[in-house]
Amino acid sequence: MNSADDILSVQHIYKIFGAQPELAMDMLNAGADKSEIFQKTGQAVGVFDANFSVRRGEIFVIMGLSGSGKSTMVRLFNRLIEPTSGSIQINGKEITGLPDKALLDVRRKDMSMVFQSFALMPHMSVLVNAAFGLEIAGMSEKERNARAMEALQQVGLAGYEHCYPHELSGGMQQRVGLARALASDPAILLMDEAFSALDPLIRSEMQGELIRLQAEQNRTIIFISHDIEEAIRIGHRIAIMEGGKVVQIGTPKDLLCNPANDYVRAFFKGFDTSKVLKAGDVAQLDPSEAFTPSPTAPSVRSDTPLQDIFHIVASAGRPVAVLDSQGLFQGTISPAQLLQTMSRH
Amino acid sequence: MSDFNLLDPFASVRVPVGSWVESSLTFLVQNFRDVFRSIRWPVDQVLSGIQSGLLSVPPTIFIILAALIGWQVGGRRIGAMCAITLTMIGLVGVWNDAMVTLALVLTSLFFCAAIGIPLGILCAASNRTEAILRPVLDAMQTLPAFVYLVPVVMLFGIGNVPGVMVTIIFSIAPLVRLTNLGIRQVPADKIEAARAFGCTPRQMLLRVQMPLAAPTIMAGVNQTLMLSLSMVVIASMISVGGLGLMVLQGIGRLDMGLASVGGIGLVLLAIFLDRLTQAMGERTNKAAPGTRWFQSGPLGLIFRAKISKPVPAATPQSQTE
Repeated sequence: MNSADDILSVQHIYKIFGAQPELAMDMLNAGADKSEIFQKTGQAVGVFDANFSVRRGEIFVIMGLSGSGKSTMVRLFNRLIEPTSGSIQINGKEITGLPDKALLDVRRKDMSMVFQSFALMPHMSVLVNAAFGLEIAGMSEKERNARAMEALQQVGLAGYEHCYPHELSGGMQQRVGLARALASDPAILLMDEAFSALDPLIRSEMQGELIRLQAEQNRTIIFISHDIEEAIRIGHRIAIMEGGKVVQIGTPKDLLCNPANDYVRAFFKGFDTSKVLKAGDVAQLDPSEAFTPSPTAPSVRSDTPLQDIFHIVASAGRPVAVLDSQGLFQGTISPAQLLQTMSRH
Repeated sequence: MSDFNLLDPFASVRVPVGSWVESSLTFLVQNFRDVFRSIRWPVDQVLSGIQSGLLSVPPTIFIILAALIGWQVGGRRIGAMCAITLTMIGLVGVWNDAMVTLALVLTSLFFCAAIGIPLGILCAASNRTEAILRPVLDAMQTLPAFVYLVPVVMLFGIGNVPGVMVTIIFSIAPLVRLTNLGIRQVPADKIEAARAFGCTPRQMLLRVQMPLAAPTIMAGVNQTLMLSLSMVVIASMISVGGLGLMVLQGIGRLDMGLASVGGIGLVLLAIFLDRLTQAMGERTNKAAPGTRWFQSGPLGLIFRAKISKPVPAATPQSQTE
């Protein structure tokens, strides 16, 4: 992956909360850890030497428990929180140290944010809320209303434009929040635990909606979550944070199969791995047995999730053939193999 | 002092605050009287404008207008309340005095809002400003009015204009405090969202902070009005006219009738102003579900009458579009 495909790149970013960040930085450079610094200086380390980049058009999930610095991290991107040191680039443009005016431009054009608490303006109608970002940017009323209406249609809220936020349910309020962020057509959509305050059914519906919108518009989305199910469902890549540090970045399968440490492994405890692993990941080529295609013998596609092939493997009398999208033979899965894989994770 | 006693030091050591104040006041009067006289001018203009306006409107017209405004901002009940209180003021025979007092109160409200709301915004923006201003506000609100009645007379003279000034000093504090409080109480997530969408500080203030603080600021306006009404009685001692003067004269002549009539007039005026401003505050609170402010009350009647002619089946949806 070359750097031209990176829309956001973060290098050596630190954030220290407190009156004397230099002191804490010196201690960090000397190798002190977070709790030691807090005890000695009273400075809290929010983000510790973060390095990663987000590719154009992907959903990048930042995951961690509360206090791991994930919400701080996302606010560093649009400088709602000032980084203590390091560099953040959007489309090759340096964000840290931008003067106020240029920073406002970045917030208006390059990045929009969706909040856990929705943060809608109670004194504005749904339409005015959705057009808020455009109004702030100085767009004429006619034009911004048209674009806000379009955004409301995208999130399925056409017809509610004259309601006020308190008349809507939580899920609908967050749709307004999403429409407000989409209306300004940002290069990057930042979503801070956007669905965490919603009940499970609505949350799952909104996740589906987000996946659909992302596929349609190919928008880059940075999504903050503490829920592994959510992260795996929507994320193309996931960064896991612990105590201000990014401990691992990878696809859901990378994290599941090669966790960097126990913290990452602990996230997957109780998680149904058959949702992530695909038939192709388990299939084995047995040299002693030649593949003979026959219309009666069962076969599965290699990109089928494991959870969907249990009954096929169980009911077939012999190992099930796995074929890739071109119909080429990848190997076979026997019930024993399947059980071994499941018990390993 | 030779007879200094450690157990009772105040017998011999004393800070001469009284004479300091007196000498500095004399200095101000001797050197800056013209400056203070010129401050009278804007107050005088506003006061005489409002007063002649109020007095030139015939009582019946005034009552009908007030009732319509009450109906518009607070519904039929508030409208009826406005009509009843004003009619009773007329019936007890203090209409003209009540209008003079109303002019005084509205003038002081005008200047309180012009000075107090910006001060409140400054306080909300900086903790240091708040820390400096808070004891000043405490002093203005709690210092007995009689204490600054004398210097005001020495600097500004007597009459309605100095009376308004005394009233401003006494009643501005709650407006500053509640504006400050209202802005500080705007939820942090709304502020953060506004920042994330690229609000300048000015856009933040006008589009987010002030609208969300509006109910609290209206409560401050209400408090300021009530305090100014109670102050106009004391201000009548420096020759301020209106209902306060009736009360003062009644007490001076032991004429309980006159004092009571003036007092009842003040109470009725207070009820009228209180209900009206409270209704305004609640209205901004509710953020009227679905309808705009001009779609209810008497304006709503006109609005609907106009709309329903060209569009026979006007639904609420198509009205707002």
